[in-house]
Amino acid sequence: MPGEAELQLRERLSRLRSLPLLRGVRLSGELERLQRQLDRIVSEPSDEEIWRSVELARHPDRPYTLDYVDRILEDFVELHGDRGRADDEALVTGLGRFDGRTVALIGHQKGRDIQERTKRNFGMAYPEGYRKAMRVMELAGRHGLPLLTLVDTPGAYPGVAAEQHGQGGAIARSQAVLARLTTPVVSCIIGEGGSGGAIAIALADRVLMQQNAIYSVISPEGCAAILWRDAGEAKKAAAAFKPDALHCLELGVIDAVVPEPPDGAHTDTDAAAALLKDSLGEALDELAGIPGDALRRQRRARFRALGALADAKTP
Amino acid sequence: MAARIDVSIEHSHAPPEPDGKRHPNTCPGCGSHYRDDELEEHLNVCPQCGHHFPLPARARIKQLADEGSFREEAEELRSDDPLGFFDLRPYPERLAEAELATGLGEAMVIGEATLEGAPLELAVMDFSFMGGSMGRVVGEKFTRACESATERQVPLVSVTASGGARMQEGILSLMQLPKTVCAVEDMHDAGGAMISVMAHPTTAGVLASFASLGDVIIAEPGALLSFTGPRVVQQTTREKLPDDFGLAESNYRFGHIDAIVARADLKDYVARLLRLFGNAR
Repeated sequence: MPGEAELQLRERLSRLRSLPLLRGVRLSGELERLQRQLDRIVSEPSDEEIWRSVELARHPDRPYTLDYVDRILEDFVELHGDRGRADDEALVTGLGRFDGRTVALIGHQKGRDIQERTKRNFGMAYPEGYRKAMRVMELAGRHGLPLLTLVDTPGAYPGVAAEQHGQGGAIARSQAVLARLTTPVVSCIIGEGGSGGAIAIALADRVLMQQNAIYSVISPEGCAAILWRDAGEAKKAAAAFKPDALHCLELGVIDAVVPEPPDGAHTDTDAAAALLKDSLGEALDELAGIPGDALRRQRRARFRALGALADAKTP
Repeated sequence: MAARIDVSIEHSHAPPEPDGKRHPNTCPGCGSHYRDDELEEHLNVCPQCGHHFPLPARARIKQLADEGSFREEAEELRSDDPLGFFDLRPYPERLAEAELATGLGEAMVIGEATLEGAPLELAVMDFSFMGGSMGRVVGEKFTRACESATERQVPLVSVTASGGARMQEGILSLMQLPKTVCAVEDMHDAGGAMISVMAHPTTAGVLASFASLGDVIIAEPGALLSFTGPRVVQQTTREKLPDDFGLAESNYRFGHIDAIVARADLKDYVARLLRLFGNAR
């Protein structure tokens, strides 16, 4: 029934309009962008569009963390090692200046060619990577530096050594360190937000997501293998669990969608970086000046609200 | 994140039956046959070899709580279907079926109780409800257990048995990791203690969130405690897995847990810990 469908869409639009970051979006040329976003929502992403997001999020030419670091941060100094046993290059950490202020950065890094992919382990970190991340989170906290995290991983590495070194515990404790920080934390999903390996560095005050990124509890292939008993049904699985940015926004999991150049971030890294920088700056501005205790309280409350009683049915 | 864990690793020691068929009540540890009532008497532990069978949430509560002391909280919470998830069957159908099969509203039961007279809060998972998977209701219940413990200034004992985050609630299930982590942090800030008991299997999203944040972490013998299950590790990496891959014994050796405690000794062990934490206040 068209009347009912229209009502649903209007309700969804009004809900989206009330989201804080979208409302606070800067006006210069942004209204048009916002309208485009809303237009796309009016036509709910089709299964094909969801799958296109999956493909674009994994596109081999998609910009990675270090591509953005080059364009967004000045004077970047990379920090290495977990101070225990290794330097996991699937995660990049460092300090740099963002619009003049010093920030700490943590981001997954995939490799561009075979050699780099091997070195970076395809962006799949070992516990050592998360321990390196934790030490940089703590460094940021100690010096009152805002923390930016860029998420782009198929998942934490599923290997024997990774298990022996405590993958599960490392991911849990990395989140716990973020939950304790009293400095602003802004995360952006820039490619694949793969499950535990992603959330380990994404417990943030503001969670952004690029337009063609995906954020999910399991890979489409993994989900298909378990529920359909056939990894080839990945497209169906993706359509069922909806990892695209607009659905994540609608579910309240992310605070805003970061636009990409019209044909995707991989077609114009400079433009994609400029758009990302705008959104990160906006989020940092919003958080500046909030006392540390309040910041931490609000951050925890943000996650407390995900799946609260209001969403659950009582019989 | 694997939401269904291959538990075949524990079946490797059972000798094959001569006629190729398996008696329904065969212990996977030693191959001996057992009677249901006899197993129940031994807290679902094989009297011959000590193999730990899964213990349903209600039976676990009966084991740990003083008789008649348990008062359940948030019993009324039920999952809805935020994504309209449909794989081979609709998610609400799977939920209804799980509730009918287990008599539980969800994969976690929480409530207040006493243990040897001392008040505490319990959060106990049940693997037979959709593989003990964590969706929004499990995340919410665990969070409320932390809040209830903080309000009453009592310690929290969690018992986990889970394949990880529940796929059918998509990204909202992943969000239960940070949510439960924040709940533990709030409780710790308020001075509350948490004992985490990991039963077979404690894996993926539950291992990678609240279960690993206990002040003390105890595992049951032979429990699989891994972020990724053995089948997925083998398929993804083609590595040869050690015999004790991901088991409690391996985790103990690598320093990830404080103790492995047999089920029969668990209540005394937890009581001793709670006395130590109680005296610290």
